[in-house]
Amino acid sequence: MRVIIVGCGKVGYNIATQLCNEGYDVTVIDRNGDRLQNIASSYDVLAMEGDGTSYNTLQEAGIEYADLLIAVTDSDERNLLCCLIGSRAANVKTIARVRNPIYSSEVDFLMKGFGIAMIINPEMAAANEIARIFRFPSAISIETFAKGHVELLTFRLGAGSVLAGRQLSYIRSTLGCDVLVCVVKRGNQVFIPSGTFVAEAGDIMSIIASQGQANDFLRRIGIISNRIGNVLIVGGGTITYYLARKLIEDGIGVKIIEKDRARCETLSDLLPRAEIIEGDGTNEELLMEEGLEDVSGFTALTGIDEQNIMLGLFAQAKSRNNTKVVTKIAKITFTSVIDSLNLGSVVNPKDITADYILQFVRSMQASEGSDMENLYKLANKEVEVLEFVIRDRTRVAGIPIQNLHMKKNILIGKIYRQGKLITPSGSDTLEAGDSVVVVAFRKERLKSIDDILE
Amino acid sequence: MREYGPGLEVFMNYKMVVYILGWILKIESVLLLVPCLTALIYRESAGWFFLLAAGLALVLGFAMTIRKPKNTRVYAREGFVVVALAWLVMSLVGAIPFTLCGDIPSYLDAVFETVSGFTTTGSSVLPAVENLNHCSLIWRSFTHWVGGMGIFVFMLAVVPLLGGSTFNLLKAESPGPVVGKFVPRIRDTAAILYGIYIAITVVECALLTIFGMPFFEAACHTFGTVGTGGFGVKNDSYMSYSPALQNITTFFMIACGINFQFYFYILAKKFKQAVKMTEVRAYICIIVAAIAVITINLRGYYGTFEETLRHAAFQVGTIITTTGYATTDFDLWPTLSKNILVTLMIIGACAGSTGGGMKIQRLVISIKTIKKELDNIIHPRYVKKIQFDGQSVAHETVRSTNVFVAIYFMIFMGTVLLISVDGQDFTTTFTAVAATLNNIGPGLAAVGPTCNFAFFSPFSKCVLIFNMLAGRLELFPVLLLMSPASWKKYN
Repeated sequence: MRVIIVGCGKVGYNIATQLCNEGYDVTVIDRNGDRLQNIASSYDVLAMEGDGTSYNTLQEAGIEYADLLIAVTDSDERNLLCCLIGSRAANVKTIARVRNPIYSSEVDFLMKGFGIAMIINPEMAAANEIARIFRFPSAISIETFAKGHVELLTFRLGAGSVLAGRQLSYIRSTLGCDVLVCVVKRGNQVFIPSGTFVAEAGDIMSIIASQGQANDFLRRIGIISNRIGNVLIVGGGTITYYLARKLIEDGIGVKIIEKDRARCETLSDLLPRAEIIEGDGTNEELLMEEGLEDVSGFTALTGIDEQNIMLGLFAQAKSRNNTKVVTKIAKITFTSVIDSLNLGSVVNPKDITADYILQFVRSMQASEGSDMENLYKLANKEVEVLEFVIRDRTRVAGIPIQNLHMKKNILIGKIYRQGKLITPSGSDTLEAGDSVVVVAFRKERLKSIDDILE
Repeated sequence: MREYGPGLEVFMNYKMVVYILGWILKIESVLLLVPCLTALIYRESAGWFFLLAAGLALVLGFAMTIRKPKNTRVYAREGFVVVALAWLVMSLVGAIPFTLCGDIPSYLDAVFETVSGFTTTGSSVLPAVENLNHCSLIWRSFTHWVGGMGIFVFMLAVVPLLGGSTFNLLKAESPGPVVGKFVPRIRDTAAILYGIYIAITVVECALLTIFGMPFFEAACHTFGTVGTGGFGVKNDSYMSYSPALQNITTFFMIACGINFQFYFYILAKKFKQAVKMTEVRAYICIIVAAIAVITINLRGYYGTFEETLRHAAFQVGTIITTTGYATTDFDLWPTLSKNILVTLMIIGACAGSTGGGMKIQRLVISIKTIKKELDNIIHPRYVKKIQFDGQSVAHETVRSTNVFVAIYFMIFMGTVLLISVDGQDFTTTFTAVAATLNNIGPGLAAVGPTCNFAFFSPFSKCVLIFNMLAGRLELFPVLLLMSPASWKKYN
């Protein structure tokens, strides 16, 4: 599939490199030659200097042969214009990044009127992600498969858990939970465990389960899953607005600390049910005064990464009742250092934007013959959890799983068949039309379901 | 910006350099099967030595590629160094069978001949080519064909090797100030380049055979022409072939000196962009003008106007594309014509072609820079961007073009001085350097089209070998190879 990406900032770069690695033909257009130099010298993409809103440039980039046009420049209007020109110039699907809140309620009109297949708002995407984390506070991250019926949940196994020191088969035999532990990260080591694997306190585990069961399982192994009742937000930007709106809808109390008086008033206008505090969120006393120790959720959403990191660390240190902390980091890239800090869940709006767009591209590819529907990376991107749709012509359909000559270290997690979830055993088969979740190391480079065979 | 991996490998990725060199050796061992097959057909025992070299390259290649390095990054530094090293290693291995089978007894001479082959120079140290084995002859010519488009381009097209950052390899090997891809994937770009290349080769070989050249000679000459090399199978090069054969060769030499982007545009049916290419236009203009002046200058040298034009066209084609065949001894021409040829030697063919020299694109950019500089003196506040093909040329490109020209002439003068130790006359010394640095082949006087390079001292031969490699790889990779800073752990 041929993809043209207009705008090579962080999001454009992320999407381009990821798609390039997945085997797409990628052309990147940007007005800044240095950025292009940077990507062209380390990745196999075609870099073109030019203005993506120009018809000639798009044509030179081969818009008539392209399947997808992604506009992620820093300007909403240019993105929209680019998609409009693209969809008029050729039969191409388009994705635009549009972040101005004014447009957020007009997405449907814009999509129809401009012929855009997907409009992504990074702030809203980040807010949705944070809201999802607050809804499920025990987890570090949550992803979904099979249209939301299957969840992939990552959490840290505490010392007090009954599972610590036991074999994983204990989950099914004694606890009676229908849950599959698919990845365990212990220090720098990453395992795809079997039933005899012994869990230890401090392991970071990822599990695959149906929606209801995940919660039940976490409660049984002694990881408390308090419902979050109130959230303290530091910083009153756009993400805060979207997040607060969503949390209030869910009946969660919201308190926002914002420095700027005018912004506070705007927020108060927009969010009459939120508690707005004018003040410096980096002031220790103010935070304590506003009850940092007793809130059940805390998130640092200021515009400065360093501040957010400090706030996240501070909240983790001061919390008295297992506060769920979410830290927003926009620019800083030292992933390994950030992972080693006790920051709770870390959210990066640009990564989320790139991920959303990648999901869309994959599902588009899926509707055009490839069978990969979803892909998530776990444990420093060493493990991939993929969702495939089984098609008629695949070599795996109709054969009991125990008779398949599968590669080592590959797990088949869940099968979703006509509204029903199946936890596969050796005698189950994969049938055409099923969605199946597969866990594998990245080095296997699975591209289609047939790749799981030797 | 570099991404620092877990090992913080900011210094040379030696393992990857070895790994890539291993692949080059494996490919060379396959290429060496061409002379082996020829030996089989002509029942020559010399073929065994080629098979031996192929085996050696294969074993070495496999030993070097047993383990793929974990860190497969190829930064510009590794790219340039590995390309320069690979060309050297290829030549050292490719020279072995010449010496073993006795066709070129001295190993240094054999290396000179092989480097001359791979770099598509065509300068020979052999006084009597016709005494060589068929397998040696075809290997000499075949190295032109491989070197013309480039071994790394070939590798990138066939070996599903490295994933990401192979662009630096392409950049280091391909001629021209700006190296672009036609399509997003390097692999597809490389395959398109070789596709065009093979198509031209097949057509020329068929035409030469149809017009009466024996197939073996046609194959050798085709390799020599499309690679713009210049090794033939006869001592008198093209002099004894029919006018039709000479004209066909003229056409294909000039065709291979055109930027291959031109052919890609034609394949993609973008005719407008194809005919608009500044470089191709300038190239054709220079050729036409040179032929016209030389034809007028040569009045009375040959019997008919047709013959004069034919010789003028062939010689202009062979020199500007840096091929190096000859249909006549142009050393006997009048001074004006000879000096036009020497000028063409330095200008060279288009960027992105198989030809050598300084490249038309650089000439055009340099001339425009000079004009801009003059304008700047007259109007100190004059703002002007240098344009090429209707687009502004990046400042980096202009700068590196200027630096290239400077280095080019420094190396030129420096090596002329070094060669002067041998005590040859000025014309010989000067044109020997011009002919090797620009990958042409024959020069004038004692290295003229009917002579050879055998009389140079071993030291001079080494200098000329350096010139040929520097010329083919466009100076920078070879200079980087010799610069200690490339090998330091931290810089």
